[in-house]
Amino acid sequence: MLRQSWWKILSLVLLVITFVAGFLGDVPAKPILNETIRNLYFHVSMWFAMMIFFIVSLVYSIKYLRTGNILHDRYALEYAQTGIVFGMLGLLTGMIWANYTWGEPWSNDPKQLGAAIALLIYFAYLVLRNSLTDEDRRAKTAAVYNVFAFFMLIPTIWIIPRLMDSLHPGGQGNPAFGTDDIDNRMRMIFWPAAVPGWTLLGVWMTTLRIRLRRLHDNKLNA
Amino acid sequence: MKSLQHITELFKKDVLLEIRQQYTFYGIVLYVASTIFVLYLAMGQPEAIVWNGLFWMIQLFICINAVAKSFLQESRGRMLYFYSIAGPRDFILSKLLFNSILMVAMSLVSLIIFQLLLGNPLENFLKFVGIVCLGGWSLSLVFTFLAAIAARAQQNAAMMAILGFPLIIPQILLLMRISNTAFAQVVQGGLWQIVLLLIGLDILVIVLAVILFPFLWKD
Repeated sequence: MLRQSWWKILSLVLLVITFVAGFLGDVPAKPILNETIRNLYFHVSMWFAMMIFFIVSLVYSIKYLRTGNILHDRYALEYAQTGIVFGMLGLLTGMIWANYTWGEPWSNDPKQLGAAIALLIYFAYLVLRNSLTDEDRRAKTAAVYNVFAFFMLIPTIWIIPRLMDSLHPGGQGNPAFGTDDIDNRMRMIFWPAAVPGWTLLGVWMTTLRIRLRRLHDNKLNA
Repeated sequence: MKSLQHITELFKKDVLLEIRQQYTFYGIVLYVASTIFVLYLAMGQPEAIVWNGLFWMIQLFICINAVAKSFLQESRGRMLYFYSIAGPRDFILSKLLFNSILMVAMSLVSLIIFQLLLGNPLENFLKFVGIVCLGGWSLSLVFTFLAAIAARAQQNAAMMAILGFPLIIPQILLLMRISNTAFAQVVQGGLWQIVLLLIGLDILVIVLAVILFPFLWKD
C-alpha cells in the first residue's frame, strides 16, 4: 500500500487540477474578497488537511497506548509533524489573505487564534518528545499528551469563537469567514480536488518520512 | 468503599507531609508575596481591567509553582509501594484533590495580598471570591495532570509551562470574562452559562486524567 504509486499520481493530478482551476477558473465576485477568494483552494484545504493529520496522529497515539507497538508511535509523530507543516502553511496563506482583505495580517480573529493555539500545542508535543531519551517512556508520555491535548483542543476551538464574537462585533459579518459564501463551481473543485489533493500530498510526505526512519532504525539495529 | 478509603488515606499522607515539611506551603506563600510585591513596584495601583488581567496571570504562575512539586517528592521506591497498595486511579484522584485545595488556599492568599498592595477596585467581593475559588480549582486540575506528564521528563517547571499555556487559554479567557462582572454593577446575562461551561471543562479534565494516568503510572 505504501509503495503503490496510484494514489501518489492521483494526488499530483488533483493538485494540478486545483492549481489550474484556482488561477484560471471562474469564481464568484464577492465584495471585499474579489479575486482573492481563489485562496480558498489553498488556505482552507490546508487547514482541513491539518485537522485530518492531527486526528490521524491522535488515532495512532491511542493505538500505541492500547497495543504498545512502537511503530504506531512513529506514525503518530510523523503525522503530527506533517500536520504542523500544513498548519504553518495554512496560517501563512491566511495571513497573506488577511493582509489584502482585512487590512492587516493578524487581527485576533478567532480562527487565527484557534490555529495558533493548535500549533503551540503540537510544538509543545515535539519539545516534550525531545526531552525524553528512553524510547518507550518517550512514546508513552508523548501519546498521553497527544490524547489529552487533543481533547482539550476541541472545546478550545468551540469556545474561542463564542467569546470573541462579542468582543469584535464587526467580525461576524465578514465574508471571508465561512465557506457558505462559495458557489457550486468552487464547491466542485474544493471538495473533490483541493482537499483530497493536499491531504494525499501530506500522506505521501509522511509515509516517505516513516519509511526513511524505518530504514534508519533497521540500519542501526542490524 | 475501598476506593474512597484509599483516596482519603493518600490525601491524608499528602497533608501530613505538608504539615511536617512546611517548605512547600511557606515556599509558595513567599513566592506569591514576592511576585505580587514586584508587580506592585512595577505597576502601582492599576485600574480595574488591568488589575483583573494581572491577577489571573499571577494565578497562572502561582499554580505552576504550587503544583510542580506534587510529583517531584515521591521517590521511585515509594511510587512502587503506592502502586502495589492503591491503584493509579485513586492516586491521581487524591493528587487532584490535594492540589485543588492547595491552589484554592493560595488563590485566596494572593487575593488578599493583591488587595493590600494593588488596591481594591472590586465592587462585589463575595462574587469575586467565588470566581477565584473556581479559577484556582480549574487551573490546578489541568496543571496537576501536566505535572504528572512533566515528571517523566526531567525539566519540570519549564516543561509544565510549555505544555500548559496553550491548554489553559479557554479557561483563562472564560475566567476573565466572568470576573469582569465583579468590578461593576452590570448584570451579566450569560454568567451562569459560563460558570457551567467552566465546570464542564473541569469535569472533562478529571475524566481525561483518570483515563490516561494509568498509562503514565506503569514505568
